[in-house]
Amino acid sequence: MSNIDPILLLSAIIIVSTPILLAAIGELVVERAGVLNLGVEGMMITGAVCGFVVATLSGSPWLGFAGAALGGALLSMIFGILTQLFLSNQVATGLALTLFGLGLSALLGQGYIGVKGPAVPDLYLPLLRDIPVLGPILFRHDIIVYLALAIVLGVWIFLNRTRAGRVLRAVGENHDAAHALGYKVVRVRLMAIAFGGACAGLGGAYLSLVRVPQWTEGMTAGAGWIALAIVVFASWRPGRLVLGAWLFGGATALQLALQASGGVQIPIEYLQMAPYLATILVLVILRAGRAPGSLGRPFHASS
Amino acid sequence: MTFKTVLLGATAAMGLATGAMAQDDKTKVGFIYVGPIGDLGWSYQHDQGRLAVEEEFGDRVETVYVESVPEGPDAERVLTQMALQGADMIFTTSFGFMEATMNAAQKFPDVKFEHATGYQRADNVSTYSARFYEGRAVQGLIAGEMTESNIIGYIGSYPIPEVIRGINAAYLQAKKVNPEVEFRVVWAYTWFDPAKEAEAAKALIDAGADVILQHTDSTAPQAAAQEAGDVITFGQASDMFDYAPKPRVSSIIDNWNQYYIDRVGAVMDGSWESQDVWGGIDSGMVEIGEITEAVPAEVKEAALELKDKIAAGELHPFTGPINKQDGSAWLAEGETADDETLAGMNFYVEGIKGEIPQ
Repeated sequence: MSNIDPILLLSAIIIVSTPILLAAIGELVVERAGVLNLGVEGMMITGAVCGFVVATLSGSPWLGFAGAALGGALLSMIFGILTQLFLSNQVATGLALTLFGLGLSALLGQGYIGVKGPAVPDLYLPLLRDIPVLGPILFRHDIIVYLALAIVLGVWIFLNRTRAGRVLRAVGENHDAAHALGYKVVRVRLMAIAFGGACAGLGGAYLSLVRVPQWTEGMTAGAGWIALAIVVFASWRPGRLVLGAWLFGGATALQLALQASGGVQIPIEYLQMAPYLATILVLVILRAGRAPGSLGRPFHASS
Repeated sequence: MTFKTVLLGATAAMGLATGAMAQDDKTKVGFIYVGPIGDLGWSYQHDQGRLAVEEEFGDRVETVYVESVPEGPDAERVLTQMALQGADMIFTTSFGFMEATMNAAQKFPDVKFEHATGYQRADNVSTYSARFYEGRAVQGLIAGEMTESNIIGYIGSYPIPEVIRGINAAYLQAKKVNPEVEFRVVWAYTWFDPAKEAEAAKALIDAGADVILQHTDSTAPQAAAQEAGDVITFGQASDMFDYAPKPRVSSIIDNWNQYYIDRVGAVMDGSWESQDVWGGIDSGMVEIGEITEAVPAEVKEAALELKDKIAAGELHPFTGPINKQDGSAWLAEGETADDETLAGMNFYVEGIKGEIPQ
């Protein structure tokens, strides 16, 4: 244990949790609007490849992130149109979206395997970065880390402090009532789905442009499913979402650091389990909140 | 993943079906890979072997492959599918496909199976592997000479004999040139997961390692080392030359081409028999990728000399005296390890800290 530098560890936790956090906050908004989109993994990986391709072609990582958000949002619109306009089953369509995204990304990324993308510079925060302890932990990251946290804060304000946010929640809680009040249920949901897609895309691009950073097929390796779990874990609340993502990222980073420190006495199998175990445990302790009332139910104005 | 595999399996099956209709005198050869062929590592090299077979035999063969097949029951389904669609021979290219291969081989006695890195054989199942540990010894020498922190990071995939052998071989040589050296092993429990591999590499670098050896298949640890700066790495399975001259200072390249050509040829002329092949540097199965200028000339020379000695059979990487981790004697002075012990190696040699997960 003594070999682990806590500053480096905490800094690693923030980086490890960022892609999951981005994907999860998007899905949270989607689910608060009453839609269950299981295609997060597919949208993430599509974002990862779109981001990488755009960044490589343009030489700008920022354009890459924009491309990733756009790619994720476009893909989510397939899901949106199928489930909202054609009333297809959300679970089946979401799963199909994941499969489609995995295949599509492999196809799009064919010429980019092994290619090196442009580097994403750390955001240079003078003074703040030099604060002892806190500086290296909090203020020496790339801008996307802060963007992710800003999005979470923005979502919290939107859901709790704005009229539009309350409309979205009304749509998610009881779409028939919201419809009777004159709100455009389908339109609100489509917008939420697009937002979810864009966030998942950003999360994927964070993997391909910052964390790995390169394109390889299947590189999200289940991060989308973790994001889905964390939304439930957070009882659909943005604040807890951050906690969940950090907890999961923390357990992941800690188990690697423990192994690397060379002084572990804990069997590695337990360390491997730790992220999942910790997440489940806290979930039980906090007790899952109530899901949005209309979550996953199809809506048609005539019913 | 499961669904993707099913789809891929179905696609492969369709491909086979069309082939079967087109012509029947072709030899059909199937390959299943544990990762995507675009991993630029393990699966990529096996696919290079497949392409070499196609080039060698042209119209006389037809190859099919399914990539990213999970190790487990899914693999057996993919194999069954391939066999049902008329494959004459199937290469299963990961240790974890062993049970699936044995089961499928029992169901299809006329299909020849070739299982990489396994140890179970049958009348229609051969095994083949390469003595990667010979290459690991060369890497260990370079690692021991180059490290300044005396901490060498090792990303392990699964705690199986092949991987443990590599760790031991690298450690013994590193220790020989640098008695202060310490190995830190992180088990990633994956063959291919770029995000996890990058994290493992970063954790090792954070812990002070300035040399990273990897037994996982993606180039993500190379990228992590490059970002960290003064860290060197070695290409795994494939050359990974994109990261040369630094961090990647050398590599182990698996070259299956000749073996695949020989075995497919044997099926064609009917001379195929079940066998166990374990090729080393001398056979060309294990190649050492170019040692770059980031390595001092005298270290490079010593590494090449070690490589030549191993290839010539003058030096075995496991030559006594060697004790096991618990201090008990394993090899006496001058004694070399026998293949059986190596094939089942489940212990660290003396000096390596940590436990092998059971």
